Amino acid sequence: MSITIKLPRPRLRTRRSLDATTEPDVERGILSPHDRRRTPVRVGQVISHIVLMGGLLVVGLGPLLWLAKSAISTTQDTIQYPLQFWPSGIDWANLEQAWVDVEVGKYFFNTIALALGQWVIGLVIATTGAYVLSILRPAYARVLQGAILATLFVPSVVLLVPLFITVARPAFGPSLLNNYLGVWLPTAANAFNILIVKRFFDSLPQEVFEAARTDGAGTVRMFWSIVLPMSRPILGVVSVFIVIASLKDYLWPKLVLTVPDVQPLGVRLPNIQSQTELDVTLAALAIATIIPVVLFLAFQRLILRGAGLGGAVKG
Amino acid sequence: MTVLDERRAVEQRLRPRQTGPRRRDRSIRGWVRRGGLVTLLFALPMILVFTVYSWWPILQSIWMSFQKTNLITYQFVGLDNFVNVLSDPLLGRAVVNTLYFALLALVFGFPLPILMAVLMSEVKRMKGLYSALAYLPVIVPPVVAVLLWKFFYSASPTGVFNTILGVLGIPPQPWIQDATQAMPSLVLEATWAAAGGSIIIYLAALLAVPPELYDAAEVDGASIWRKIWHVTLPQLRGVIFVMLILQVIATAQVFLEPYLFTGGGPNNATVTVLLLIYRYAFENSLGGKYGEATALSVMLALFLAAASFLYFKATEKWSTD
Repeated sequence: MSITIKLPRPRLRTRRSLDATTEPDVERGILSPHDRRRTPVRVGQVISHIVLMGGLLVVGLGPLLWLAKSAISTTQDTIQYPLQFWPSGIDWANLEQAWVDVEVGKYFFNTIALALGQWVIGLVIATTGAYVLSILRPAYARVLQGAILATLFVPSVVLLVPLFITVARPAFGPSLLNNYLGVWLPTAANAFNILIVKRFFDSLPQEVFEAARTDGAGTVRMFWSIVLPMSRPILGVVSVFIVIASLKDYLWPKLVLTVPDVQPLGVRLPNIQSQTELDVTLAALAIATIIPVVLFLAFQRLILRGAGLGGAVKG
Repeated sequence: MTVLDERRAVEQRLRPRQTGPRRRDRSIRGWVRRGGLVTLLFALPMILVFTVYSWWPILQSIWMSFQKTNLITYQFVGLDNFVNVLSDPLLGRAVVNTLYFALLALVFGFPLPILMAVLMSEVKRMKGLYSALAYLPVIVPPVVAVLLWKFFYSASPTGVFNTILGVLGIPPQPWIQDATQAMPSLVLEATWAAAGGSIIIYLAALLAVPPELYDAAEVDGASIWRKIWHVTLPQLRGVIFVMLILQVIATAQVFLEPYLFTGGGPNNATVTVLLLIYRYAFENSLGGKYGEATALSVMLALFLAAASFLYFKATEKWSTD
């Protein structure tokens, strides 16, 4: 029996704030339409726009543009005239030298492999876990949920050493040092991701599940053909959370992946900096920034909505 | 098949699910038939991952703080680890430095995102561009940010920041090479890296302020400043309280900046508690002092738990006033 009901995709509805970010029809803020017509307010608005935009361009975009420029400038240029707008000559060789000689290319693919695995495992744990806690709700769901929520209140610093020992010398099985599983599995134990997926599942209409059960859909089928397709918005948000967290992580991969061959670019960069000429180092830094920035440009709305959601859940 | 038949068939199928007069089969087979096994299989990945990589290490940290270990043999040493940590001459320094970092981060980095968010929320055009620009530093991997800023902080007169200061007529500064300037420099970078995230959260909270409140304030003749002071900020109070404690918890665990910028120097001016924990466990030539590291972690965690508990008790009173 196949289920071919077309379901309207439910909108994410955890808090009003979230709705407001997606709907442009917020009528007003602090300033009323009347305020906006007054001359001093108008002048103030214009000034604050200019200051905000200028400040954000310099502070937010400035360092990245500087990095992009310096990555293709000579060391000489960067050290002597760091703020020169136009380099005296473009040194494309930096990028090639970084990619090949310093083996940034290899570390770059390590970064991607690490992020992809973390994404898949993290998503599987978050969705199956939330499915159990929100929809299947067995007798032990309450206890389980309490135990998972409790981990949110334990600062990660407590876990550092015991977690390292668990990974380096597990009670049974081989050591996960220098194994990507040693990064993937501990980061998948993320209560926050489970919680936000569960909140979304809670908001799905219950009647659909009852209807599916009546039509004979089993637990697996319901998960795969109904719950997951209905949850695309939240899956996007959680995916972005996981991948960006993976790209930003430093300490944990550094502890677990001790052999340079398997290290991601981020872990490798401090060594590269101490052993390589400045222009090549800056080229390596620029390459390390490319993936997150491209992801951000591609999924900007999703990422910003997710960031606001983080506040809504925390608040 | 008539409609009636169909209906009967559906009822038949529904019956076992209803808690009717039929006795619930309590055997394992009954549990499996009701879908208990499949449910457990769905829960299993989560349970396993949390048991091995979250619940067990949390319990283990308490146990380990009373052990002396080289990872092969474990020996109970009572409170020795705690005594060793507390008698470490660097601990006082690390605690003071961490508090200093947290304080500077509050002064530099806490009001700024609120102010920015309030200004940005009044922007009508290109809202998305403003948010994107503000969030860009958050996207940059922290390692890249720190290494980049390390170069910006170059103490030579042609360093990036010193060149900017030179334009303003200020002599070159030593930045992270100087014991008194190192910590503020680290905080400056950390603020740059984190402010965007807070701005986005405050922007979301600002959109949740009911517009009727502003209308009402205007009827009472409130000026723009009074609207901000008496409507906006009180409405943001809940978010501000939470962001404050989250920031304190995060800054108490600062590691990456001191580790990569200065390695704790110059003259131990940037040794933080977490850097000390890291050194105990992973940078010890005599083998990891895992017991001491865990003891210090547990103390830090207990302190943070107590601080946040007191904080929430205190703000609970304020919020109800």
